[in-house]
Amino acid sequence: MTAVLAALMVFTLFPFYWALVSSFTPDAALFRDPSLWPREIIFDHYRALFDERDFFTPIRNSLIVAGTTTLFCLIVGTLAAYALARLEFRGKAAIMAFILAVTMFPQISIVSPLYLLLRSLRLIDTYPGLIMPYMTFAMPLTVWVLTGSIRQIPRDLEEAAHVDGASRRQSFTKILLPLAVPSLATTGILTFIYCWNEFLFALSFTLGPERQTVPVAIALFRGQYQVPWGQILAAAVVATAPVAVMVLLFQRRIVQGLTAGAVKG
Amino acid sequence: MARIALEHVEKVYPNGYVAARDLSLEVADGELLVLVGPSGSGKSTILRLMAGLESVTGGTIRIGDRDVTDLPPQQRDIAMVFQNYALYPHMTVRENLAFGLTIRKQPVSLIDQRVLAVAMSLGLDTLLDRKPAQLSGGQRQRVALGRAIVREPLAFLFDEPLSNLDAQLRVETRVELSRLHRKLGATMVYVTHDQSEALTLGDRIAVLKEGVLQQMATPMQLYHQPANKFVAGFIGSPSMNFIEGVIHREGPGAERTFRGMDLTIDVPLRAEAPGKVFLGIRPQHLEVFGGASAGGDGTLRAEVGVVEPMGNEQIVYVTLSGGDRLVAVAPPDQQVTPGDVVSIRVRPEGIHLFDAATGARLADTTQA
Amino acid sequence: MKSESRLGWMLVAPALGVIALIAIFPLGWTFWESLHLHELRMPWLGKPFVGADNYVEIARDPRFWSALGHTAFFTFVSISLELVIGLFLALAMNRAFRGRGFVRAAVLVPWAIPTVVAALLWRFIFESQGGIANELLVSVGILDQPIVWFIKTWTAWIPVILADVWKTTPFVALLLLAGLQNIDLTLYEAAAVDGANPWWQLRHITLPLLKPAILVTLIFRTLDGFRVFDLIYVLTGGGPGTTTEPVALYTFNALLQNLRFGYGSALSVVIFSITFGIALLYVKGLGVRLAGEDR
Repeated sequence: MTAVLAALMVFTLFPFYWALVSSFTPDAALFRDPSLWPREIIFDHYRALFDERDFFTPIRNSLIVAGTTTLFCLIVGTLAAYALARLEFRGKAAIMAFILAVTMFPQISIVSPLYLLLRSLRLIDTYPGLIMPYMTFAMPLTVWVLTGSIRQIPRDLEEAAHVDGASRRQSFTKILLPLAVPSLATTGILTFIYCWNEFLFALSFTLGPERQTVPVAIALFRGQYQVPWGQILAAAVVATAPVAVMVLLFQRRIVQGLTAGAVKG
Repeated sequence: MARIALEHVEKVYPNGYVAARDLSLEVADGELLVLVGPSGSGKSTILRLMAGLESVTGGTIRIGDRDVTDLPPQQRDIAMVFQNYALYPHMTVRENLAFGLTIRKQPVSLIDQRVLAVAMSLGLDTLLDRKPAQLSGGQRQRVALGRAIVREPLAFLFDEPLSNLDAQLRVETRVELSRLHRKLGATMVYVTHDQSEALTLGDRIAVLKEGVLQQMATPMQLYHQPANKFVAGFIGSPSMNFIEGVIHREGPGAERTFRGMDLTIDVPLRAEAPGKVFLGIRPQHLEVFGGASAGGDGTLRAEVGVVEPMGNEQIVYVTLSGGDRLVAVAPPDQQVTPGDVVSIRVRPEGIHLFDAATGARLADTTQA
Repeated sequence: MKSESRLGWMLVAPALGVIALIAIFPLGWTFWESLHLHELRMPWLGKPFVGADNYVEIARDPRFWSALGHTAFFTFVSISLELVIGLFLALAMNRAFRGRGFVRAAVLVPWAIPTVVAALLWRFIFESQGGIANELLVSVGILDQPIVWFIKTWTAWIPVILADVWKTTPFVALLLLAGLQNIDLTLYEAAAVDGANPWWQLRHITLPLLKPAILVTLIFRTLDGFRVFDLIYVLTGGGPGTTTEPVALYTFNALLQNLRFGYGSALSVVIFSITFGIALLYVKGLGVRLAGEDR
């Protein structure tokens, strides 16, 4: 058991290790008698990545698009999740089923109308032109995960606040919201990761490097004569590092958020 | 302080579950009323209806002279202590206690003064800056209590507040609550499933079953004159014995006689009786004698099954020759061992009779 | 009650509005497009209504059918591997051992990084004859000589499936782990007291009780498999030729490479219908519990 687990760990970590090592290796040495241990360390790829390719731009684009989407989804999603978790009303079960169904939607099936719509609104290759489509998958995800976590907060706290004289709004802002902050953070992280990683919409609705997000920029890296592997790997390391740090820091909460929505459902 | 009145209250859930049916009861000003019943009897729901946490589907609720039927909880001016205490985990004890006053925008000086006074009286003054997670179960219970008292509400509602405490603390807190009730002179409604808690705490007790009020009376009345077979069986420990039988009358003017499988006994019943009845007798009203039957009215031959020594008494489970099983209470020093054949005497003053069809009590059977 | 209902709908409305506006409405539009001839490359043709012509073309389009075959093949193989490895991982992570926290976090990282990056890492490993994969496989003797992975169909599938297994097994393992943690531990103690060995416990306690979690995972992953795009776009580009092209990539090419919006939309509708069928299974099978969950 332990041996197999160790093998799996090697399988999991090796690609990262290899990318990291290779990102510090000169292009000429990448495919010539590769060695598991670095023989020569250079920083040229990172320098080229930011100086020549201006990798800052896709990073900024990704931050703006993923950040705005996450923020908007959290605000709108919290209201919906509160209603779905706490209020009794007709059609609630249907709404939950509907939201779940939308999370399973293939993105490709709405690329064509979104493209035509964004084109007619002149939003192709703009931030809103990415943020709007991102709502399609981010909003259901946010609502679903948040509803799951709000349900886990004991209801009698808000009831006690009511009896103590708080209105519904006060019991929401003074009791539920402070208690839901960790869930909001977890959900925010999840939504942000999904947006940061999205590829199909970003590829379809941007035209050039000005508005490309990180995944699109990396996927479309081209050199003059050959594939610039050194820079691609440096970019991969740069794109992976923040996500890896977030995952390592919030591992427990992320797992809770993911599974609260999924398995209990 | 104020009285609470429910008038023909009904609560039916959309799925058809009935939590309260045509329920009318009144809690007098300053009274401690206990709502008791098995799980599913609707007692907690009725408390939540009084609090306004659930809305009625029919009838009227009054607190004081105000019709509060359609008012949300925050406008009813009542306080509630929850089973799990429902302390706000992100606030300190001080903030928890002050919450109800803060939300009502009372002046800070008044809040501080009242919080401190209540904290002192409950022994919480050294814990004011702790969070609920840092408190013991008993301390949390007192904070929950304090949060209710600080507000000086029209009435207090308690939803099984002792069920999460260990046995010793439960008894102590019960005494504490009684004292508090007397000191504050407040109207209180207290929900529990534990009949002994109900008997010790309540000025009056309302017994509920499936959303219907069975009987509302003082502890003594409930114990000695239960209105029906359900109340008789629910109140008192160990539970009352029931023997199925019929009522006979030999001739005009003659005593009425109960005839069961094993037991035949004259009963002090004057009214006309239906045929089939249940004879109820508390274990405390059965006497156990060693050796075979001494004969005579109301004496039964029985075999001892199990004996549970309780310290101050022994609970004896016996089987009659006809197969009926009875529970009796014997003095602690009496020699009773499983397998013994013993005589059981029914003390006539302890006899209750219930209509077998409706379960209703047949009048005049005991002289309390 | 009535005011609660109104408040409920008011709070849900913005979220539902957003979803309806940018997901449901476009879906209807896709369907409408699919009934037209709409070639953005040839604007002079206009946008005539052609009824089911696009669907008829799909039915006769060998590239579509082979793309569907690739998708099904990819989905089946990768999910089978992920379930087996994921179950093993979940069982392993469910026990206490030194470094469990590290294993859990490490395993999450591949899941969290962009699929594009994952694909590039694996592309690099299998790239050219001098890549590390060739190097390692030759040095341990599995291969006689380095091969070029991406010019033959069956060797091109290997990095694709490896990359998918690498990236998604953690997610599978976590879903299954959550299921495992819902199993009452005393069941195992009872079984052990009754003399059951670990293998018996796995077969008769763990697997039956884990069935709901396995089912959920299976359906989640099937749906993901059917929309696979990023991974193959970056790793093989659908090649060599179109021999690893999945339906989502074919549709993308029809839409944004060839700008055939009518035909591409019809393809979208077909993919949606297939996915919707699978999703319906999910909601039918588990949605009942979801609705009844709240008291």
